[in-house]
Amino acid sequence: MAWNEPGNGGKDPWGNRGKDGPPDLDEVVRKMQQKLGGLFGGKGGSGGSNRPSQGSFGFGLIAVIALIVWLLSGIYIVEAPERGVVMRFGQFVTTTMPGPHWHLPYPIDKVEIVNVDEIRTAEIGYRSTGVASTNSIPSESLMLTQDENIIDLKIAVQYRVQDAAKYLFNVRNPDIVLRQMMESAVREIVGRSKMDFVLTEGRSAIANSTEQLLQSMLDAHDAGLLVTSVNMQDVQPPEQVQSAFADVVKAREDEVRQINQAEAYANDILPKARGQAFRVLQEAEAYKSQVVAKAEGDASRFTQVMQEYNKAPAITTERLYLDAMESVYSRSQKVMVDVENGGSNVLYLPLDRMRGSSGNPARLNLDEFNYPTSTSGNNSSTSSSASRDDVRSRGGR
Amino acid sequence: MSSRMTLILVLLVLALITLSSSLFVVDEREKAVLLRLGQIERTDFEPGLHFKMPFVNNVRKFEAREMALDAQPARYLTGEKKNVIVDSFILWRIDDVGTYLTSMGGDQERAALRLSQIIKDGLRGEFGRRTIQEVVSGDRVTMVQDILKEANRVAEGFGIAISNVRIKRIDLPSEVSSSVYTRMEAERERVAKELRSQGAERAEEIRSDADRQRAVILAEARSEAEQIRGQGDARATEIYADAYGANEDFYSLYRRLSAYQNVFKGDDMLVIEPTGDFFKRFNDANQSLQ
Repeated sequence: MAWNEPGNGGKDPWGNRGKDGPPDLDEVVRKMQQKLGGLFGGKGGSGGSNRPSQGSFGFGLIAVIALIVWLLSGIYIVEAPERGVVMRFGQFVTTTMPGPHWHLPYPIDKVEIVNVDEIRTAEIGYRSTGVASTNSIPSESLMLTQDENIIDLKIAVQYRVQDAAKYLFNVRNPDIVLRQMMESAVREIVGRSKMDFVLTEGRSAIANSTEQLLQSMLDAHDAGLLVTSVNMQDVQPPEQVQSAFADVVKAREDEVRQINQAEAYANDILPKARGQAFRVLQEAEAYKSQVVAKAEGDASRFTQVMQEYNKAPAITTERLYLDAMESVYSRSQKVMVDVENGGSNVLYLPLDRMRGSSGNPARLNLDEFNYPTSTSGNNSSTSSSASRDDVRSRGGR
Repeated sequence: MSSRMTLILVLLVLALITLSSSLFVVDEREKAVLLRLGQIERTDFEPGLHFKMPFVNNVRKFEAREMALDAQPARYLTGEKKNVIVDSFILWRIDDVGTYLTSMGGDQERAALRLSQIIKDGLRGEFGRRTIQEVVSGDRVTMVQDILKEANRVAEGFGIAISNVRIKRIDLPSEVSSSVYTRMEAERERVAKELRSQGAERAEEIRSDADRQRAVILAEARSEAEQIRGQGDARATEIYADAYGANEDFYSLYRRLSAYQNVFKGDDMLVIEPTGDFFKRFNDANQSLQ
């Protein structure tokens, strides 16, 4: 806090000195006079003839002591974070650094001490009321953006005195003026920016621009203040529209969620489809292998039998024929009919016996069981192996 | 001796009094006016120690530093006839302290009142020429410069120099603010809907693309599968043809016999005329082969 800030008049040491200095000095001199007077008076009482010379001597002593005291009153100490501004008859002489100093005493020189290292803070849009609590001030924090939207912005500036003499001499109440300039600067910068920019990526850019603008304004008026940092405390949409803004955030989440769900669906069905495709292919491969293997087996069997047949075609034909017929007749029910002799007789079929079987009665022209004389082409039926057990080789006839 | 001493003391005190009333100090932060019986005699004092005639001259001091004047927020009409509430502040200082004293009587309150009137007029003119958009986001420096030039011309007459006019706050009246909020809400709603629809769109794209890929994968697999089956069938047919073609007569016999055995199975009822090759020795062992 500055010594000469308004409302702190009581703290101003120089003001106090200005008022109380002279009485102090007078009082000291008077007290000294009284004491010395008493001392010399006592002596004077013993040697009355010496009195005038002793009074003259006493007066000189008083004057010397008063002079010493007066000169000593010019001693002052500047603390580490402070600077002393020395004025001689109101005119600026020099700025003194921390340490003990001496100035010409009261009516001539005057020193004002300014704390230059103290970091001072001005808050726009809110006031800190405690360590963690703040009061927001909507009239300060609500501001218009370039696209005529309203945002709620809280910002703080930290600054310190750069030049103690300028701080004292150029602007009245520099701290108050800085506040006003800050408010003006931040609104100008926000007024040049779009709402979305301010609310999202523009936070630090806004703070930086504000800092530059504020510093240039302070410099233009030689206020002797240096802005050390501008901190954006909070930027948000005004309370009235916050739910709508929150909904946009939710919508953004919804968008991502929908896309994720769809991707999950794709990730679910595509590998399955690829697996299914692989299965279809494998089944086809299996079929191919199966068919070929079977063809090879059948062909191999046929070829081997054929080789033996070629060695003795007649007897093999006979044997195979008889084997097959034996197998056919042995498993079937048979009715013998003498066509030549009983052609005129009525043939009675034993229908009662036939009814017991589920098979259909079949009349065969057994001539067809004769040697096959014509080839019926390539019948590539794959079920020919079913007869495997029935075609057995038998030696001889 | 004693009375001489007293005389010296009295004279010394008198001299001090005279000296002190004929000297005055001008601070760095002050501007002084030296008056002679109410008339302005001199104003150009540097900071420091100065002399005056006791009882004839007297001195008035004024603030030499820049002062901030926080003008009251006021309503202005913009070019498009919209009301805005503008809060501004003025940085000013006393330039010609003599003129200031005569025109304002040295009364700072009066000066502040006049100043804020001058600036208000300037702002009214500038706002009337601009749209709200230009006012909010436009170049405030040039806008203020025009006001400053005009205001300084007037203020010069009061011995005042205005160094800066800063617009602190431009607010919309509360009834306009609420419509702005409504518009902002509608705008956000639009964005939210757009985002959600975009999500749905993208999701549908991904799903349909996945479905298409699945269909293509399966169809291609089936096509390839049929080709493989065809290859298998062709190969099998080739193998059969090669094997059976070696002896077509034997194939005919072999295949037929196998077919008879397959066809007549179980308890089929056969009505047989005992003739034919199988029965050629059924009735007569010596029957000759036909």
